[in-house]
Amino acid sequence: MSVALPAVDIARALTRIAHEILERNGGPDSIVLMGIPTRGAFLASRLAALIAGIEGREIPVGTLDITLHRDDLRLRPLRALVPTMTPLGGIEGRNVVLVDDVLFSGRTIRAALDALGEMGRPKTVQLAALVDRGHRELPIRADYVGKNLPTSKGQAVKVHLSEIDGVDEVLVENVEV
Amino acid sequence: MTDYLLDGGVLADGKAVQVLIKDGLINQIESVVSTLGATNLQKISINGCIILPGFVDLHTHLREPGREDSETVESGSRAAAKGGFTAVSAMANTFPVADTAGVVEQVYALGQATGLCDVFPIGAVTQGLGGTALAELGAMADSKARVRIFSDDGNCVFDPMVMRRALEYVKKFDGVIAQHAQDPHLTKDAQMNEGLISSKLGLKGWPAVAEESIIARDVLLADHVQSRLHVCHVTSAGGVDIIRWAKARGIQVSAEVTPHHLLLTDDLAESYDPIYKVNPPLRTQRDVMALREGLADGTIDIVATDHAPHPAENKECEWQAASFGMLGLETALSIVQATMIDTAMMSWGDLAMRMSTSPARIGGYADHGQGLKIGSTAHLTIVNPTRAWKVDRDLVASRSRNTPYHGMEFPGSVVATFYRGIPTVLDAKLESATHGN
Amino acid sequence: MRHLLSTSDLTYTQAIRILDTAAEMARISEGPVKKLPTLRGRTIVNLFFEDSTRTRISFEAAAKRLSADVINFSAKGSSASKGESLKDTAQTLQAMGADAVILRHSASGAAQRLANSHWTSGSVINAGDGTHEHPTQALLDAFTIRQHLRVGTGDLRGLTIAIVGDILHSRVARSDVHLLSLLGAQVILVAPPTLLPIGASTWPVQISYDFDSVLPLVDAVMMLRVQQERMSDFFFPTAREYSHYYGLNADRLKKMKPTAIIMHPGPMNRGLEITAECADSARSVILEQVTNGVSVRMAVLYLLLAGAPSEDGEITQ
Repeated sequence: MSVALPAVDIARALTRIAHEILERNGGPDSIVLMGIPTRGAFLASRLAALIAGIEGREIPVGTLDITLHRDDLRLRPLRALVPTMTPLGGIEGRNVVLVDDVLFSGRTIRAALDALGEMGRPKTVQLAALVDRGHRELPIRADYVGKNLPTSKGQAVKVHLSEIDGVDEVLVENVEV
Repeated sequence: MTDYLLDGGVLADGKAVQVLIKDGLINQIESVVSTLGATNLQKISINGCIILPGFVDLHTHLREPGREDSETVESGSRAAAKGGFTAVSAMANTFPVADTAGVVEQVYALGQATGLCDVFPIGAVTQGLGGTALAELGAMADSKARVRIFSDDGNCVFDPMVMRRALEYVKKFDGVIAQHAQDPHLTKDAQMNEGLISSKLGLKGWPAVAEESIIARDVLLADHVQSRLHVCHVTSAGGVDIIRWAKARGIQVSAEVTPHHLLLTDDLAESYDPIYKVNPPLRTQRDVMALREGLADGTIDIVATDHAPHPAENKECEWQAASFGMLGLETALSIVQATMIDTAMMSWGDLAMRMSTSPARIGGYADHGQGLKIGSTAHLTIVNPTRAWKVDRDLVASRSRNTPYHGMEFPGSVVATFYRGIPTVLDAKLESATHGN
Repeated sequence: MRHLLSTSDLTYTQAIRILDTAAEMARISEGPVKKLPTLRGRTIVNLFFEDSTRTRISFEAAAKRLSADVINFSAKGSSASKGESLKDTAQTLQAMGADAVILRHSASGAAQRLANSHWTSGSVINAGDGTHEHPTQALLDAFTIRQHLRVGTGDLRGLTIAIVGDILHSRVARSDVHLLSLLGAQVILVAPPTLLPIGASTWPVQISYDFDSVLPLVDAVMMLRVQQERMSDFFFPTAREYSHYYGLNADRLKKMKPTAIIMHPGPMNRGLEITAECADSARSVILEQVTNGVSVRMAVLYLLLAGAPSEDGEITQ
């Protein structure tokens, strides 16, 4: 097990992503952040706070539970639903930035796109991920990446955030196959 | 004819004896018998087993004629022999109903032809069990079947005037009315004992008072007309109390309890498995204890099985749609031992009284229930009280498999049955040689 | 959970999970797209041996919103009315590959019988069995109460709920008693003594024969349907006398707390157990119960069918 991203790097990456989001969307006006629970939701809140710090005003944040749209439900034990929180003002016509901790196969993001479709029709949908570990199974890519982390499939990437794990770090573990 | 020497057995009181069966009769009971003059003698070792008089069941459903898919006189006789019975009374609720001399003679003859035990038909009290017009009780009594017990079992003789007349009429030939005590108005569509469990399960209740009120009425009627009443399958503490009261008044009432009511309780219905659906229904633990006490103190005279075979489709369904009834012949002794002997409430002598002597007396079956009397017909049941066994519904002799005891283990078993001096069961297995005639 | 047969089988945690999941389903149902792909490829059979259009269509709507394939099997006009047994019907459906059977039956215990048999390997959901239970009705009742009197989360502690009428024959009442008391509510059964089951005093409830004295205490009153045929079985003398003592009318409405709500599992006998005035009043949440029924049934279908079978049947995050 090794630390791929210590707390200081995570903070730096998030700050960079916050700036990139603002730059890409020409300011904060149309932006809505949607975190994918559990850790993506915390990351979305952090990004919102960073953006608020830069711009001096709040931007809408929501969470999006994708469980009901997963294509692997039957392959795994039952998952509990997590509440979805629609951001203030909804997503209709907005530039929605999905926020997740790790981008891997892309299936979560596919499910998130479907779940988002239920809520309304955004102008654009963008994707921010703290870590991109590769091994995509679908034609999906991130618009904002904290760190590209080349891994083998036999490895596991674990993101810990102080909000629930007590510490900020990204770990890479070798898993017995 | 083969004569038999039973060696190494004990009597109900524990005395070690040998028994010589000669010419179908009990010839000697001594610590060492003389086999002088015995022909074709076969010695059977029954080390430590208890020798009891052959059991008599006053309440079985053999289903013939009419429902031979669930049981026949032949298959029922095999089950009876396996359970240690040398005589059974076949209930009248067949198709056609046993309400004429013709039907009862047919059933009697089938029993004799099978030759595994005596089958004494019970005659219907009313025509077609309809409860309104008396059947030809005299003709059945005078038939070759010599019917003495009359019952509409399955139905209650509910009309008090019909019941009164039936009780009076059978005095002519010392008959007895065996009443299925159930007030039909209080038990319309009833499914199980009315109580906490039925309320929880949403199954329509069969309150004990529906039984007790009929018992109370009938003992008063029997007293009034000075006739004999037999109460079938008593199930409740209240019923035991009423019968105890009636006996104290000198009323000629006898009563039976089934093995299942001595053992099982209504909470089994929580499974909704209709294997536990029976009429009258399983009641509470309090009732079970009262029944055991009643049987021990003689308030309840006899154990009767209410052996009620049903085909699989009548039990593999919803509770409400299922038939009432369960098998009883092959497990009766084991259950009475477990509930009454092993609990020290009764002795083996008491058991012989409740399962042989008293039922034969109530039914007027003179050839049975004579105890181990020298010179009487050799109807014997040999019990090994320590030969534990597990009930397997796939191994029953009955044509049906609706036993609620599947998988249960009991402490003792019938290992041999002698009917008219001939073994019908040996080593707990049916003797194929003897029932082929 | 593999089956839903009775609310008495539910633990507190399971009950709360169903309600929380239903809340999510309700939120989705309010959005522009009501259809979810969650149970795509799963086959759900509505096996109804007893008429109940409302329950059937509620389950059907729930299953379809989750993209399951729904087969409606109604005993009316089917082989069941020609004497085909529950066993044969279940085995037939099993052979057709049903993942779940939603069973409505006039025999108490039919759902449990089916679940414990080897006649079907799918999940069994009890949609009402005789006079035993109707668990999804109780769940939607609890959900509705929670939406109105608690902020849509948590349990029902501190609330007093009266269930009024034919408790004896009511599968809804039995399911409600278990579930509402499990969730911490105080339940009062209000009925004439003839319509209370033997031993109801041992249930986790209070019992009253006097509706008027109970009214000021309650936060919700659940009126049960009274079958006209009960009169012929001497449960009460006349419909008029029943309404007089146990019907909900405008006068009684005034005795209730201003926040108290009126519920009814339907279908209503207007004029017998409830007047039109009460049924249609602002305090009535009867139509919301119907709406919530779909969300609760979606939640139950999701929780029973969405995951792979796991060892302990428990849920993961």
